[in-house]
Amino acid sequence: MSAFQAGDFAVPLAIVLVFSIAAVRRKDLFSIFLSGAKEGLATTAHVLPALVLLMTVIGMARASGLLGLLTDAVAPLAERLGFPAEVLPLALLRPLSGSGALAFFEELLGEVGTESYGGRVAAVLMGGTETTFYTAAVYFGAAEVRKGNGAIPAALVADFAGTVMSALAVRLFFQ
Amino acid sequence: MDLLYSLSYYPFFVKDIFRQASVFFSEYPPISRNRLSQTRFGGGGTGYFLAVVTAASLIYGACAGNLSAVSAAALGECSHAAMLSLELLGTLCLWSGVSAVADECGLTAWTAKLLAPVLGLLFPTARRDEKVMKAISMNVTANLLGLGNAATPLGIKAMKELKRAGGGLSAATKDMALFVVVNTASLQILPTTVAALRLNEGSPAPMDILPAVWLTGGFSLLAGVLAAKVFYRETGPRAEGGACRSGSAAAALFGEEEP
Repeated sequence: MSAFQAGDFAVPLAIVLVFSIAAVRRKDLFSIFLSGAKEGLATTAHVLPALVLLMTVIGMARASGLLGLLTDAVAPLAERLGFPAEVLPLALLRPLSGSGALAFFEELLGEVGTESYGGRVAAVLMGGTETTFYTAAVYFGAAEVRKGNGAIPAALVADFAGTVMSALAVRLFFQ
Repeated sequence: MDLLYSLSYYPFFVKDIFRQASVFFSEYPPISRNRLSQTRFGGGGTGYFLAVVTAASLIYGACAGNLSAVSAAALGECSHAAMLSLELLGTLCLWSGVSAVADECGLTAWTAKLLAPVLGLLFPTARRDEKVMKAISMNVTANLLGLGNAATPLGIKAMKELKRAGGGLSAATKDMALFVVVNTASLQILPTTVAALRLNEGSPAPMDILPAVWLTGGFSLLAGVLAAKVFYRETGPRAEGGACRSGSAAAALFGEEEP
């Protein structure tokens, strides 16, 4: 089965599977779904103010040509790694800021297109990595742990591996 | 953790890096809220960073002759952000709803049971403690299924259980370090937010990246687990007083997450 078909199957199958199990177990699908979907509404309202601020700042930096300057500066290094230079700022932003990465990703897609090499690498990077510092801070903070004992460097190794692999995987599956 | 969930609580970065760094590098005292708010730009590290970036954009844009583009971005990007939120609103509601149904049907608990033996190999010292293993596998399952809202409280519970099992020290045990690494290298079966954005930008098959996402997430997880094993170093138990202070400071940064 090609990658294309697997992707087309996944989403409808997930919905059908969940709904069927709910029907078999005689759960009140409708009202459970509605109460869950309301949470999505609250999360979106929570995100909007941050997105307005960060997209304005990133948009200004992009329009002025400053971001292009940064991309050009790192391009030789990126090329050596086989990584699309236009995605490199995203890779650096990803572990630090979720909304910053989302804002950057959205604008990048508009610029290079979803089916380009860079657009695909960016999407894979967004899907396969996580806002590392936030996650670590929440968990260590909640457990009142002060010494990470190597967890942060290891998490950054994971991010780096994910970054390198995102470019390799896109080349493997799409070229 | 789901992308949107994490970013809803994490809008800014520079200031938080300083704060997080102060949690992990105990040589330096934690930067207090007061000290940050007393910095010249009012908003602390993030405010400083944003001020510098916007000023640099204005100056560079003027020099490079892109001033009208900068002006257009300053005027128009906010509506762009509002439209982006609106586009994601549907996706987020749909999958929050589907996730709620899946959770209610016991799908999470079932998957967690399935994963428990595999996770036992990753956390050999925690394996004997049933309560710990249950918390860990529930958290990993919630992450896999994209249940961001459920994954965080489950993960916090798992961390507290791991701390109890490890003797309540303020230094991370091997299992705690590994657990955090597993969570930072998120493996998600359906990256719905990313796919929704691709769809909106005109992708004919927004989920065609799935195998690549799985490969990337899996490889990143593997690298993280190996690195956590290599980088782990035993440190002696530290004074509990200091730990509690910084721990509650870190907890205060993120507020009360769950009621």
